Amino acid sequence: MTERVGVYVCHCGSNIAGTVDVVDVANWAAEKLGRQGVIIAREYKFMCSSLGQELIEKDIKELGLTRVVVAACSPHLHEKTFRTAAKNAGLNPYLVELASIREQVSWVHSDKAVATAKAKAVVSGAVSRVIENRPLEEIKVPINPNTLVVGGGIAGIQSALEIANAGFHVYLVEREPSIGGHMAQFDKTFPTLDCSACILTPRMVEAGTHPNITLLTWSEVTNVAGYVGNFHVTIKKKARFINEELCTGCGICQEKCPKKVIDDVYEAGLGYRKAVYTPFAQAVPNFPVMDKENCTYFIKGTCKACEKFCPTGAIDFNQQDEMLHIDVGNIVLATGYDLFDARRVSNYGYGRLPNVFTSLEFERLSNAAGPTSGNIVLRDGKTTPKSVGVIHCVGSRDKNFNNYCSVICCMQGLKFAHLVHERTGATVYNFYIDMRTAYKAYDEFYQRVLEEGTLFVRGKVAEVTNAARNEREKGKLIIQVEDTLAGKQRRIPVDMVILSSGLQPRKDAKEVGKMFGISCSMDGWFTEKHPKLDPVSTMTEGIYIVGCAQGPKDIPSSVAQGAAASARVLDKILQKEVALEPIKASVNKEMCSGCRICNGLCPFNAIAFIEDDKVTEINPALCQGCGTCVAACPAGAISGTGFSNEQIIAQIDGLLLRNLEVQEAV
Amino acid sequence: MNNETFEPTIIGFTCNWCSYRASDLAGTARMKYAPNVRLIRLMCSGRLDPTFVLRALSEGADGVMITGCHPGECHYIEQNYKALRRYLLLKRVLAGMGIEPGRVKLVWASAAEGAKFAAETTLFVEEIRKLGPLNWGRADSGPQTVDREVPSTVHNPSSEMEVPA
Repeated sequence: MTERVGVYVCHCGSNIAGTVDVVDVANWAAEKLGRQGVIIAREYKFMCSSLGQELIEKDIKELGLTRVVVAACSPHLHEKTFRTAAKNAGLNPYLVELASIREQVSWVHSDKAVATAKAKAVVSGAVSRVIENRPLEEIKVPINPNTLVVGGGIAGIQSALEIANAGFHVYLVEREPSIGGHMAQFDKTFPTLDCSACILTPRMVEAGTHPNITLLTWSEVTNVAGYVGNFHVTIKKKARFINEELCTGCGICQEKCPKKVIDDVYEAGLGYRKAVYTPFAQAVPNFPVMDKENCTYFIKGTCKACEKFCPTGAIDFNQQDEMLHIDVGNIVLATGYDLFDARRVSNYGYGRLPNVFTSLEFERLSNAAGPTSGNIVLRDGKTTPKSVGVIHCVGSRDKNFNNYCSVICCMQGLKFAHLVHERTGATVYNFYIDMRTAYKAYDEFYQRVLEEGTLFVRGKVAEVTNAARNEREKGKLIIQVEDTLAGKQRRIPVDMVILSSGLQPRKDAKEVGKMFGISCSMDGWFTEKHPKLDPVSTMTEGIYIVGCAQGPKDIPSSVAQGAAASARVLDKILQKEVALEPIKASVNKEMCSGCRICNGLCPFNAIAFIEDDKVTEINPALCQGCGTCVAACPAGAISGTGFSNEQIIAQIDGLLLRNLEVQEAV
Repeated sequence: MNNETFEPTIIGFTCNWCSYRASDLAGTARMKYAPNVRLIRLMCSGRLDPTFVLRALSEGADGVMITGCHPGECHYIEQNYKALRRYLLLKRVLAGMGIEPGRVKLVWASAAEGAKFAAETTLFVEEIRKLGPLNWGRADSGPQTVDREVPSTVHNPSSEMEVPA
């Protein structure tokens, strides 16, 4: 069948018409591409306007167009507009092709003759291609209304609560014994200096007691299968050795446990916990966990002090890890960050010089519920520092470590300065490269800290050392820095150094990303679908990323993202079914030789080999449409809708003007 | 033809998620670059069947530029690595066919790298300009049919292709 093609060339005001002779392009298309099936070619000032769209719709109806090419802007901008117009006129939307002659032609070239010639070639390519387009239908998939939220930090809690409050069920999975995340470790939050626990714990309790939230702490996701609307998730619920039905959270077991263990996680190594423990008093849930590695009973076979004293008989040494299988429709990843390991910056002396602290250590030190009850003291546990240096950008904005800015460290450093000043009256120096205090009330906080008398030195600290050169430096930590504003080297002796360490992707972010079928950026953060317009979605439909898992951010932004992702999830749930782009690969079983070359190529596990028939099959619901298997099939048995071999080869020929009636240079 | 006045025709394959968006960005930012490259948008560089490149070269293109997401940033997780593998193999095949491997180039460009996309395009055009026109398939009037050559290889008994143990 000969197709009837309409070509519509847009002026886009002067955006295109300024550099491309659009009238010439339209006339050329009508004249030279007639054999291809072009029966009408028009130009119009703004094709995307309602009048422009009506023009196309009218031609489809009156001239019986079977294919439409719109030569205008990038398909990422208006493909949907023109597809909808075609649909309104009764033409399958996938029979419309956009030829970008703005972003890819008029805006990037200046010579009108050259740009016009290129525009003709681009239109020719699109015309050749559109003829090979086939009508497609969106694929509808039902949505399971349950949601999985991975990570119980503030971003995950927020996300879970929003969905649960809307009346849908949420599984909130947390690796640690309690939800709360890093925020539960902080003392104060900038810039308002709210007590972190005071604002966080009500949210934790709400999440813990919400009828629509199944809280799974001390648990990890081990496998994810399926696709948007229908994910099958396996969760490993690690043995707590506590019967949650019987435990009342009274805490007697923790009191009686004779084994003290350094708490590397919650207390950042500054304090102790017991072998059976809840990480902190306000933990949600309030059931303790038993640390098998350190429990005397598990090591020596005797003790069981906890069991003896437990008033409800909740201790169960025979508990086993449990595998739970749940089905969900959407997944929110709120897996958070790791703190940059300050030991890597060896010239700052962390781990070697006792009075160099990391930001998380200082958070615990200044926390009233922390190991020193909020007293800011040196590593000896009693001496109050008289002078403190806060070093910014540790591990961030540094080519040797992480190139990116960790966003929170400037404000964190200012907060530390304020807390030290307030509690000890010590002289505080802040060493910064640039002061970044963007967002509401942040810069005002900086002004406040300035007015409190904190001293600021602009320069990257070269070294922290205890090698004194004179009496004044004896027994002190000396910060060697180039003061770039004064233009000279300084040596500043202090009692305590706080390293405002940056944020890093989780150590296992890559594997986690792989499990959920999403990718990481070069830095290791999860990649969002669009950095500006779609920051919480990912390339895998139904998987969302929130909080620091997506990149460094502060608490307000994490909360905002948590809520944003929930809106996206609710949007999906309420639609009851989701429409997927019909760009999919499929196997022609008649042609498949069963060679299995394609079998190992799919990262989404959409390709399966059917042993009985000795052919390969592609699950359209799992297929994401990348087309790698289509390109690999030596038999040409796999075809990819929307980007078929025929379409692409036709476009190559069209772009090279091999489709013209008479070969000529344009 | 004098190489300085020779204007190469180049086909550029772009990934929908990164390099095509980089070219969008170059456009939005009005960065000027050489007009010789005509783009084809694929969903992923992994979609690039090497025969597309051969097709383009045999139908009149003087060079082919393949672009995709940086390693580790593929929107389909790892398919750009497959594009990389095919690209390296394709270059060897081209060399075997007597075509300068430099006529095909792989460029990584993220959606944010409009400037890189523009610069790499201009650079590649200059590289092809130095190589001169390819003129493959322009020797006779129509497209060359590779098919004629196929039967002779197909009818080789498979035993002759086996490596003796």
